Amino acid sequence: MTQMLKYVLQDVLRARFVLFYWFFMMAVTTLLFQIDSDPAKVVISLLNVILLVVPLVCIVFTTIHYFNSYEFILLLMAQPIARRQVFLSQYVGVASSLGLAFLAGVGLPSLAFGGISQILPLLNIGLFITFTFVSLGFLASSPTRDKAKAIGIALLFWIYFALIYDGLVLWVIYAFNDYPLEVPTLILTSLNPLDLGRIVMLLTMDISALMGYTGAFFKEFFGNLTGEVFSMILLSIWVIWPLWVALHRFKNNDL
Amino acid sequence: MISLQKITKFYGRLKTLSEVDLEMKAGHCYALLGPNGSGKTTLIKSILGMVIPDSGEIKVYNQNIVGQSQYRKQIGYMPQIGQYPAGLRMAQLFEMIKGLRPDAKNTDEELIDAFGLRAMMNKRMYSLSGGTRQKVSAALAFLFRPMILILDEPTAGLDPLAVEILKEKMMREKKDGKLLIVTSHILSDLEDIVTDTIYLFEGSIRYNSAVEELKKETGEKTFAKSIAALIRNQDLEIKELVAQ
Repeated sequence: MTQMLKYVLQDVLRARFVLFYWFFMMAVTTLLFQIDSDPAKVVISLLNVILLVVPLVCIVFTTIHYFNSYEFILLLMAQPIARRQVFLSQYVGVASSLGLAFLAGVGLPSLAFGGISQILPLLNIGLFITFTFVSLGFLASSPTRDKAKAIGIALLFWIYFALIYDGLVLWVIYAFNDYPLEVPTLILTSLNPLDLGRIVMLLTMDISALMGYTGAFFKEFFGNLTGEVFSMILLSIWVIWPLWVALHRFKNNDL
Repeated sequence: MISLQKITKFYGRLKTLSEVDLEMKAGHCYALLGPNGSGKTTLIKSILGMVIPDSGEIKVYNQNIVGQSQYRKQIGYMPQIGQYPAGLRMAQLFEMIKGLRPDAKNTDEELIDAFGLRAMMNKRMYSLSGGTRQKVSAALAFLFRPMILILDEPTAGLDPLAVEILKEKMMREKKDGKLLIVTSHILSDLEDIVTDTIYLFEGSIRYNSAVEELKKETGEKTFAKSIAALIRNQDLEIKELVAQ
């Protein structure tokens, strides 16, 4: 397992994309700190960037990586190595390198500008989102052997979670605003890892009023700590279920 | 050593293997023959666990292989088309494969030397010719001294000298009591090695017996000619079936 992980990491680093991603996150964070000296405001701007960029980068990179490693996977399948191990080392390799690039990219400038304590919850959420979208990337790639199709599915996931979903939620709230909507909104929010991430950030930053209805309700309904724990569990489920489904499919694939 | 019971595999609606029963023993060399698309590679890949049959049971050393991976320690596999991570250097590839099996000391690097691969160790895999890639595949298959060797079209794309080297290697391994499974379209290449013939047609076994018997049955002297006779007979049978 460690040997395999080493090869996956070597492979990911050889692609240099992760380095580019790291520099990009550093540039964005630095820029935002330059524009505004108040760390709280930087966190909000950064949150919006992260909620769009991180999922896109993670899901697309994972899908491309999966198909680029196809030969490597084929080679391993003739060796005495369980499929589960092959799959999990791929996951850990990709997720940890993207996660590290994100941590270093956002964390190092924050350290330099002295805003690290406000940034910490954001790093936490960013990591969860990274792991979730790497899982979703594997979910998009494992059922098919067609790279173009897999990338299409991956982009569809991103468009759905990052763009369309909020619109749907708004529409539901607007259409049914004669009814009590607290619980349905809660359920709808849980069904999107990005919304969940946003809620957690707002709960920890104590500015839930800024994001209106859902955030305020979450705060009221759970209180600070319970809400956080609840959201963390949900976020973990969002990392695990796509990964589990993808692993199950990978085990039964014909290579 | 290997036994298959009622192996059936569908690709979508297409039945690639239908109720294949096979017993394979150590010290024998089985030639897996059949036209393109008859299920040879699918059969091989099911033994390796790369293709998962829809029904039936495969046992290697009396152990069901479903969900298992350790049994592959005993198998060396040379694929029909060797696909390798393109950016790797040849030396890195060999190092990597060895690194995956730290318990295997005493590797068999005879073919690496015989094929002259040492001089090319610094080349990247994408820059290799098809034939050289085949040589790498062959060297990898024999590397860990496995008891079972599965070679899918081993001689395709190799130059005559390399074919000879590979054949001699296979002969020696067979004499050492190993089990060889070979598919090939170039029948003359298999002439002196093969002990048993398995003829697949549309996913089922049409013929399975020792080479000596095959020669007797068909009245031909060489392996290649007797196989040709066998295929002709099969064709006739099928035509008769269609005519009925």
